Order: sequence, then C-alpha cells, then structure tokens
Amino acid sequence: MQEQHIASAFDRDLETIQARIMKMGGLVEVSIMDAARSLETRDEELAEQVRANDKAIDALEEMINEEAARVIAMRAPTASDLRLILSVTKISGNLERIGDLSKNLAKRTGVLAQMPPVGDSPAAMRRMAREVERMLKDALDAYIQRDVELAADVIGRDHEVDQMYNTLFRELLTFMMEDARNITPCMHLHFIAKNIERMGDHVTSIAEQVIYLVTGERPEDERPKADVTSVSL
Amino acid sequence: MNDMSTIERGAKLSETKVSARGVNVHYGDTHAIKDVNVDISNNNVTAFIGPSGCGKSTFLRCLNRMNDTIDICRVDGAIQLDGQDIYDKRVDPVQLRARVGMVFQKPNPFPKSIYDNVAYGPKIHGLAKSKSDMDDIVERALRRGAIWDEVKDRLHSTGTGLSGGQQQRLCIARAVATEPEVLLMDEPCSALDPIATAQVEELIDELRENFTVVIVTHSMQQAARVSQKTAFFHLGELVEFGETGQIFTKPEDPRTESYITGRIG
Ligand SMILES: Nc1ncnc2c1ncn2[C@@H]1O[C@H](COP(=O)(O)OP(=O)(O)O)[C@@H](O)[C@H]1O
Ligand SMILES: [Mg+2]
Repeated sequence: MQEQHIASAFDRDLETIQARIMKMGGLVEVSIMDAARSLETRDEELAEQVRANDKAIDALEEMINEEAARVIAMRAPTASDLRLILSVTKISGNLERIGDLSKNLAKRTGVLAQMPPVGDSPAAMRRMAREVERMLKDALDAYIQRDVELAADVIGRDHEVDQMYNTLFRELLTFMMEDARNITPCMHLHFIAKNIERMGDHVTSIAEQVIYLVTGERPEDERPKADVTSVSL
Repeated sequence: MNDMSTIERGAKLSETKVSARGVNVHYGDTHAIKDVNVDISNNNVTAFIGPSGCGKSTFLRCLNRMNDTIDICRVDGAIQLDGQDIYDKRVDPVQLRARVGMVFQKPNPFPKSIYDNVAYGPKIHGLAKSKSDMDDIVERALRRGAIWDEVKDRLHSTGTGLSGGQQQRLCIARAVATEPEVLLMDEPCSALDPIATAQVEELIDELRENFTVVIVTHSMQQAARVSQKTAFFHLGELVEFGETGQIFTKPEDPRTESYITGRIG
C-alpha cells in the first residue's frame, strides 16, 4: 500500500492497531446478527451471548485507544499517519457504540419473550439489522482497502435504513392505536428499531472516516435527515 | 468549512517580504538549487525542511548573499526584498546583511564581552550617537533575545562563558541589534538541549511580531511548532510550499508525505 517507515516499529504499531480494529469490527458484526436473530426466535441464550460478547468489544476499544495515545506520544504522527491514528480512535468509538446498541437489543429479547407477538415486525427488524450489518462489513472493507467509492456507497445506503425505520415507526403507531394492550411490546419494538437506525448512523460515521483517511477531506454536505418521526407526531 | 482556521490562527495577514523567481544555484558542476520560486511573507515564520543536502542552507544563504563569499558558487534568477533586486550591482552586500540578519547552527559569539557582542553591529553601521544610545540599543536587543534578565548583571563578562542555549539567544540578540527586517536562522537549535530549544522557539514566536523569520530545521516537530508556512525541499527542488498546518496534516505531494511521515531520509 504505502512505503515502509524508516522506523519499522512504527509500521508494526500501526499494523497492530488496525488489526485490532478489524477484530473489533468482526465481533460487532456477529453481535448485530446474533441480537437480531435472538429477537426473532426469542432465543434468550443467544441474547445472553451477545451481552457477554460486548465485554470483549469494550476491552478492544480501550486497548485501541491506549495504543493510539502511545503512538501519538512516541511517534508524533503526521499527514496520513496522523489521519490514520485519528480515524482509529473515532472508528473504535463508533464500533463500541454499535456494540452497546446491539447489547440493548439483546436485553429486550427477554422482555419481548414474555409478550404476545405483534405483527411481523421482528422480521422487519431483522431485515433492517441485516442491512446495517452489511453496511458495516462494507465500511470495514472500505477501510482496509482505502476504498473511497465503497465508503460513499455505504453512506448512501444509510438512507434506506432510515426509510425502513420510518415505515416501522408508522406500523407500530397503528398497532398501538388499534389496541392499547399492544403499547408495551410496541414501545420495546420501537426502541429496538430506533437502536438499529442509530447503528446505521455510526456505520455512516465509520465510512466518513475512510473518506477522511484517504482524502484528508471530510465528506461535505450533511445528508437530508431521512428520519421524519421527530416531526410527524 | 475552513478546518485549518484554529491551527493557522497564528498566521497574520501579510505581504510578501522576500520573493524568489527562477533561482538556480551551482557549486561548480553541482546543481544545488533548481528553479525555485517562492514568496516569503512579512511577520511570519517560514520553515525550510527537507533531507540533508537538499539545498536548504544554500537557498537560505541566497537571501542575504552569503553565497557571494563562496568562490565556486553561482546564483542565477531573481530575488527581491520589498520589490528591490538584492543582486543588483548597486546593492552593497554588507548593507543588505544588516537588513537580512543571520543566526547559525552553532552559537558563535565573538570572544568578547556580552555587551560588545551586541554592540558590534550597531557600531559598524553607526546606529548609536552616544554611549547611552548604545546602552539602550544593547538592552533592547538583549530583551528581544529573551536573555536580558540572565545577563544584565554581567554585561562585561565574556559571551563564550554562557551556556549553549544562552549563547544562541545572545547571537539572536546580536542579529536583531542592527534592526534587520528579515532574520535567517540555519538550524539554530540543533546544538541545544530540549529546554534551551523550547526557549529559543518561544523567542522565535515573539520575533515574528517585528521581523520576517526564515528558519532551516531538520526537526519536523520544530517546523510544525514554530512556523506558519513550510517549504519542503528535495534534491534541490522546492517540492511543496504551504500553510504549516496543511503540510503536516494533508500534504499534496507524495514526496512531502513520505518525508514528513518518516518514509524517506
Ligand atoms: N560550499 C560548498 N561547496 C560545494 N558544494 C556545496 C557547498 N555547500 C553545499 N554544497 C552542496 O550543495 C548541496 C546542498 O547543500 P546544503 O545547502 O548544505 O543542503 P542542506 O542545508 O539542505 O543540508 C549539497 O549537494 C552540498 O554538497
Ligand atoms: Mg544545512
């Protein structure tokens, strides 16, 4: 990709940090999929696994931040090295948040398991989670390959996740109006949908870091906000 | 959005002080500087960086005609100070060097008293009308060199008895005593320890209030810390010249990137 540094230990440090980001990314992908599946199948054991998994994700984030701080202190990185270090700290933060949101999904599995199913929204949630997980995979691939086009594609796809969320939001609202007994499960389902939508935002932020890392530019215009629920109530 | 705004807040709006056009320098058959064009702005610190032997010192010495003293050295092209050609036959190089002062890598005080080190230039150029005039000039220069408090009680002891860092600040005081407009510094901190380096860097930042400063440094961190503009030289060419913040976060030329990230020597 790039020439080696004269100080080979610098290259090793940067490689180690990036390897940790990829490991963390892999764990988060699994976490999203497991959380979504546990919701659909009401599998509390799988949900428990997601919660346990989150500890490993948190530990990796801490490790990445410590290593990044060390590289800054010892090597005073500049130019693309500096952007790399800034991007890993940001990306690990995004991954950690996605992990948290995923853990939160898994927590609600237990609650939902106690209630009658409402509509087919869990399947819709799984489709949404599946799309976010694909976006994350592509964002991480874009990161490793320094692929600006793929990163831009991921950013565009977040729009679709927002649309899915809006649709679900309206559906849940209808269920709640039809029957007040649906309110509790629907509130949980809404939090779940909202959490998945938030995950998409974090994935978008990762893709933006890829663009910054490669070009030195932050993607310009703020996307038009596709989440309309804040004004449609 | 201007994301350099915080980094560059130190840069003043300024005019071109020194302008170089099509400058080529040869030492015999060695082509040391190749067609360099650059505008150095007023009241800013401009850093020259690049690998050893890339021509930083050579180019710096063009700016006050120090290369005139090297027999085999030939300088072509145009260099203007405030729009005036400094290589014009009517320009007296000694007068020019009073306007464009220089500080060297190794502190080189004269083997004389601290007072005489500073008074030497103003005396030659007839800047003082009386003894008390000269006292004022010396004090003012030593204050600008950020060394007054350390030497005011021993102005008549020898300059070579000071520590390395103090000697370098004395040399800076000596350089500013003639009220130059431009101050050239060739690796002024390379013989100093980190504390003395920090003091000289602090001083450089103060000097740009009144002077245009050009500094050659082999420390990229120093360039990043003290300068507002950075020029990267490589094999005699000026590869890239821009805002220091931009050069260190987003250089445009791959050679600059390789050098500042420690990939080429
Ligand atoms: N006095 C000199 N006589 C002959 N060649 C010189 C002289 N000074 C410098 N050079 C040559 O000019 C080139 C640039 O040198 P210099 O300006 O000292 O580079 P830098 O300051 O970037 O290390 C080198 O190849 C060097 O050998
Ligand atoms: Mg030199």
